Amino acid sequence: MNYTFDFKAVVDSWDYLLQGAWLTVQLSIGAMILGLIVAILCALGKTSGPKPIRWVINAYIEVVRNTPFLVQIFLIFFGLPTMGIRLSPDLAALIAMVVNVGAYATEIIRAGIESIQKGQIEAGLALGLKPLQVFRYIVIKPALRTVYPALTSQFILLMLSSSVVSAISADELTSVANNIQSQTFRSFEIYIVVTGIYLALAMMFSALFAGIYKLAFAYDTDRR
Amino acid sequence: MIRAFSYNEFLFLLSAVQWTLALSAIAFVGGATVGLVIALARTSDIKAVRLAATGYIQLFQGTPLLMQLFLVFFGATVMGLDLNPWAAAALGLTLNASAFLGEIWRGCIQAVPRGQWEAASALGLRYPGLMRYVILPQAVKVAVPPTVGFLVQLIKSTSLAAIIGFTELTRAGQIVNNATFQPFLVFGIVAVLYFLMCWPLSLLSARLERRYALATR
Repeated sequence: MNYTFDFKAVVDSWDYLLQGAWLTVQLSIGAMILGLIVAILCALGKTSGPKPIRWVINAYIEVVRNTPFLVQIFLIFFGLPTMGIRLSPDLAALIAMVVNVGAYATEIIRAGIESIQKGQIEAGLALGLKPLQVFRYIVIKPALRTVYPALTSQFILLMLSSSVVSAISADELTSVANNIQSQTFRSFEIYIVVTGIYLALAMMFSALFAGIYKLAFAYDTDRR
Repeated sequence: MIRAFSYNEFLFLLSAVQWTLALSAIAFVGGATVGLVIALARTSDIKAVRLAATGYIQLFQGTPLLMQLFLVFFGATVMGLDLNPWAAAALGLTLNASAFLGEIWRGCIQAVPRGQWEAASALGLRYPGLMRYVILPQAVKVAVPPTVGFLVQLIKSTSLAAIIGFTELTRAGQIVNNATFQPFLVFGIVAVLYFLMCWPLSLLSARLERRYALATR
C-alpha cells in the first residue's frame, strides 16, 4: 500500500461540507415532522376510517415499503415534471423523504394506537372529555410513548437514507461530498470524513430523541 | 435522438432483474455468514469480543449504506486493488447486511430462555455443542420471520449499487429513461418489478410472524 493520504481538500472545503450537513439536518427534521403528521393521520384512518380509506392507506404503505427509496425519488423528481409539476431537487428530496417515512411510521404508530385499551377511551368519554381531547391525551400520547424507540430509530434511518437524494443532486451532505470529490479526486479522504459526519449526526439525533423523551414522556405510569 | 419505449426496452429492464436478484443473493449469503459470527460475538461471554461486535454493528447501522459502498469502492483503490462495481457492491452490501443480520440474530439467540443454556452446560456440553445442538436450533425458529423481512430491505438496498455504476434494475431504468425520456413509464415499471420481488416476501414474513406468535402464546 503506497497511497499517501491528503486531507487538505477536505479541510479546504470544510465550510461547504458544513453547509451540506446543515441541509441534511434541515431535510431530516422537516421530513420527520411532516412524516409524523402524515403517519398519525394515516394510522388514524387505518384504525378507524371507512373501508375505502383503509384500502387506499394500505396500498400506500405496501407500495412504499416494497419499492426502493431511490426509485421513489426518481419517480418524484423525473416523473412529476412530465405531469407539469416542476420541483427543485431539494423540494423533491423533501417530498420523497416524507412519503417514504410516512409509510413506515404509519405502521409503527398504528401498532401504538392498537395497544390502547378500549376501556381507556370509554373512561375518557365517560368523564366528559371531547373526542379530540380523548384522542390527544388518552390515545396518541401513550401510543407515541409505547412506540417511541421504534419510531425514533426509523427517523435515524431516514436521516441516513437521505444521502440517497444526492442522486438527484439536492445540495445535502453527500452531494457536497460528490462535488468536492469530482474537483479534487481525493475520494477516499472525503468519503471517510463525510461518513464520520453522518455517524456524528446519528449520535446527535439519538441524544436529541432521548432528551425529547425526558421532556414529553418520562411520566410515571405505575401510579396505583 | 429520443427512442420510443418498446418491447425491447421492457425486455432490457426485465433482464436486469436477474442482476438485482444475483446481487441480493450474494449479499444475503455473505451477510448471513458474517452476520452469524457477529451475532455469536455479540452474545459471547468475553467482554472484549462483545464490545467489538457492538462497535461493528453501530458503525454500520449509524452510517449511510451509500457511504459504505463509496468507501469500499474508493478504498480498494487506496489499497491498490482495482475493484469493479460488481465486487464493490457485493462486498459493501455483505458488510452492511452482516451488521443488520447480526443484530437481528442476537435478539433471537437471547430469546432462548436462560434455563436452556444452564441445562445444556449442566449436561456437560461445551460452547460449540451447546450452540449447535441446543441454542441455535431454537433461535432459528424465532429468526425466520425477521430474516425474511430483512431480505426485502436487502433487495431494495441493491438499488444503491446503481449509483456506483453497477447495472442492476435501477441503473437499467436510468439507462432506458435517458434514451426514451419517459420517466413515469420507465421508473413506474422499475417500481412494479421491485414490488413483485418484495411484496411476496413481505407477505410471507408477516404470515410467519403471525404463525409464530400463535405457536408461542
